Amino acid sequence: MADPMRIRAQAAGDKATVRVLMAHEMESGQRKDSAGKNIPAWYISEVTASLNGKVVMTAEWGPSVSKNPFLEFAIKGAKAGDKVAISWIDNKGDKRSDEVAVS
Amino acid sequence: MNANRRQLLSHSATVAGLLLASGVLGKSAWAAGAAAGKGAFEARSLADVVKALGYGAPVESKDVTITAPDIAENGAVVPLGASSTAAGVKQMMLLVEKNPSVLAALFNVTPEVESSFKARVKMGQSSNVFAVVVTEDNKVLFAQKEVKVTLGGCGG
Repeated sequence: MADPMRIRAQAAGDKATVRVLMAHEMESGQRKDSAGKNIPAWYISEVTASLNGKVVMTAEWGPSVSKNPFLEFAIKGAKAGDKVAISWIDNKGDKRSDEVAVS
Repeated sequence: MNANRRQLLSHSATVAGLLLASGVLGKSAWAAGAAAGKGAFEARSLADVVKALGYGAPVESKDVTITAPDIAENGAVVPLGASSTAAGVKQMMLLVEKNPSVLAALFNVTPEVESSFKARVKMGQSSNVFAVVVTEDNKVLFAQKEVKVTLGGCGG
């Protein structure tokens, strides 16, 4: 199973800014190993964000996103104590989901 | 005996096929990579990405802002931001013109989130980067910025 994500969700006024750091190799598929063979692409392909169980954002990523991806966005109307869950799926079908409370 | 086995196998295959199609096995049902399914991540230019997604030509607009460093010392981790003051935004994207995979990230915007996203992308070389916004009525707006990439060393 993948390493946990680090998620920070901070309420400020009428929204909460969410910052996520995901642990993933994000192999672009362009690199070659020492034998000269292409290292196959392995990257997070879909991301979902939910507020208190309701999906508020979905994203599709390609191999250009950096290793250990960082993501920042803001959820309107989120307040302290609300639950923010982030989940991702990669192109091999591996997945990860983590949740925090807005602070 | 043989006929029954054949029927059972064919029935199982049909059920498996139905389950796969409905998304119960493997990938989750909600998005199933709509843009990826349209080949958007294989497109080699801004115009091609937009066309692959089924939209009309993109128009440069002051309602879209692309935030990016002028010079990125490390091409592996370049912070990009896209934000928009346009009304009715439904999708936002980050593109790196000279990358083999031009479309880096696509965000589906609901009324619950702000039209503002930051992410870090890989850049293979100095290139233009784009923030693209698609509105509810399928208008495509963009902003661009040139980012110089110095790979390692002391820059220059």
